[in-house]
Amino acid sequence: MSDKKLIPIGPFHPLLEEPEFFKFYVEGERVVDAEVRIGYNHRGIEKLAESKTYDMDVFLVERICGICSTSHPFAFVQAAEDITGIEIPERAKFIRTIVGELERIHSHLLWVGLAGHFIGYNTVFMWAWKYREPVLDVFEAISGNRNHYGMFKVGGVRRDIKESDIPALLSAIDDIEKFCSMLTKAVMDDPVLQARTKGIGILKKQDALDLCVVGPVARASGVAIDIRKDHPYAAYDRVDFEKVVLPDGDVFSKAAVRLLETIESIKIIRQCLKEMPVGPIETEVREVGIGEGIGQHEAPRGEVIHYVRSNNSNYPERHKIRAPSFMNVPSFKKTVIGEMIADAALITAGVDPCYCCTERMAVVDQATDKILLSGNELVRLCQEKTEKLRKCF
Amino acid sequence: MNLIEKIKEKFGGQVEIFEKSRRRIYVTISKTQAKELVRYLFRDLKARFSIATGIDIRPGVEILYHLAFDELGVMVSVRVLVEKPELKMDSFTDFMPASDWIEREIHEMLGVDFVGHPNLTKLLLPDDWPEGEHPYRKQTFESEKENDER
Amino acid sequence: MVDLFKWGLKKSLWVYHLGASACNNCDIEILDLLTPKFDVERFGIVLVGSPRHADVLLVSGIVNRQSIERFRRVYDQVPNPKLVVAIGACACSANMFRDSYNFVKPLDQIIPVDVYVPGCPPKPEAMIAGVVKALQKIK
Repeated sequence: MSDKKLIPIGPFHPLLEEPEFFKFYVEGERVVDAEVRIGYNHRGIEKLAESKTYDMDVFLVERICGICSTSHPFAFVQAAEDITGIEIPERAKFIRTIVGELERIHSHLLWVGLAGHFIGYNTVFMWAWKYREPVLDVFEAISGNRNHYGMFKVGGVRRDIKESDIPALLSAIDDIEKFCSMLTKAVMDDPVLQARTKGIGILKKQDALDLCVVGPVARASGVAIDIRKDHPYAAYDRVDFEKVVLPDGDVFSKAAVRLLETIESIKIIRQCLKEMPVGPIETEVREVGIGEGIGQHEAPRGEVIHYVRSNNSNYPERHKIRAPSFMNVPSFKKTVIGEMIADAALITAGVDPCYCCTERMAVVDQATDKILLSGNELVRLCQEKTEKLRKCF
Repeated sequence: MNLIEKIKEKFGGQVEIFEKSRRRIYVTISKTQAKELVRYLFRDLKARFSIATGIDIRPGVEILYHLAFDELGVMVSVRVLVEKPELKMDSFTDFMPASDWIEREIHEMLGVDFVGHPNLTKLLLPDDWPEGEHPYRKQTFESEKENDER
Repeated sequence: MVDLFKWGLKKSLWVYHLGASACNNCDIEILDLLTPKFDVERFGIVLVGSPRHADVLLVSGIVNRQSIERFRRVYDQVPNPKLVVAIGACACSANMFRDSYNFVKPLDQIIPVDVYVPGCPPKPEAMIAGVVKALQKIK
């Protein structure tokens, strides 16, 4: 009889921001099984959405997740517009694209910071978060808020970007680009980071396809999907950018995909700011009518999809919300089994689970259900392994 | 042969196809044949399962399986009616592992039993949530003319 | 700011962040306080990893049915004297989630709250101001 022990990470682990429950079963140092228990963050938003008007729902879904705050409104308004079949003005499409890409940059920088902390590179954490601030400042300049921007509405956007602001925005983007390039190079060239993350937590391409994962998790395993290119929307078919796809499926690839994507996002924002046509920013929508619609957006974590059924009242009859982590978190089980417990925290972070989007880590003894290692200890194990590796260089 | 033609060729009179736009195709099929259709789309035509939606309507629970054809830029939504009061549907987890969690969610929120699912336990609701209470069930049905104008 | 600096010298505040069922935004802004732009560590405010070491409990999010028991347990683990600061509209009242079937009660009906910092999310400056107000209460 093997002595399988179970390691829970969470809930209320301060670094894993949301209450979440990852359970790891170990034999010795190796993970042999894993479970995820979600539900700590469930707020009943889909049901709530039925008792709020379409306009109110945009604000509601913004607060599903603070990190990818714009992604849900982006998909939702498109679902409603899919029902009505209306075309939104060109300028609105460009503004939506700019906001969506700025969010991608801030979200990926946030992730790099957290992953850096898990590995034990606290400097990376401080740097990444410090250089996130200019992105938040740009948000504040455009929308009035660092987070939860309230920019979207059915039919267009709520606020315009002043022509006179564009030179300042372009200059801010240039600064952000300098930092992102430097960070990308620093991370990808660092031998300790490479040794620490290459070959760890591999998600094989066939598993990625069977589990239908999305976003950077899919692209890091060679699955070349990106809603911006595959099902174009907003201004994404008007700008030049690359799909970033890598074949290896390990934590290093996941990090590299995110870092390289921030560079692509900067290209997109720059093109949009320069080429945005003048004109109105919204089409008035009097009623959504009867019907059903689907809206998709490539959020920082992958495809967000909203489905709306309308019965000609002001309230959605049904509003289904599927965040990318709902598809990605189950894949973590495939990536962590067989790995060392010291890597568990890192592999979990590699999936970039935005728990509040989905719903929302410990080693526990299988027989007694007692906690053997807490989340803090798991992160410390992760950091210690890096220290040992560093001494070899 | 385009997508709609392929589906018609294989399933002929069993399906009702509504092409809402170039990007949005809705296919209605009986619940006993849905598994074959979804398997065909997912395995043979290499679609990506994006998500399933469950909606409480008067005759039963309507489930829509949304499958994405990323290379074509098209979403195909397979519509199935699971009648009340039995509310039994085949699980698709044997050929499509990605449907695991959403079947659990539809089960707890709407009360549909997915036959063959390996672990139909609560996903989002707390463990002490009362049995038989499904939050997404409607108290009243807003529109009677559900099936017309879609 | 000078007063705060004096306070920082007198008492180093150890803060434990309890994230209930939140969208994360307040949580991220709280973590932001550690980063170079705001850098609250220069005031002696330290984010700790265990409630047993905390002086101040920062709470964000709404309490839902899953987490209410664990919540009360964490509150009991914080040694006296302690202060509770409700960060964000969700913790202050319930924000837009009050009609949700999974929502239990507003935070201040479960544990006593000393300071409310409204906003969705509140800016980091507002959070610092909230913690300072909490400090003045200890005084």
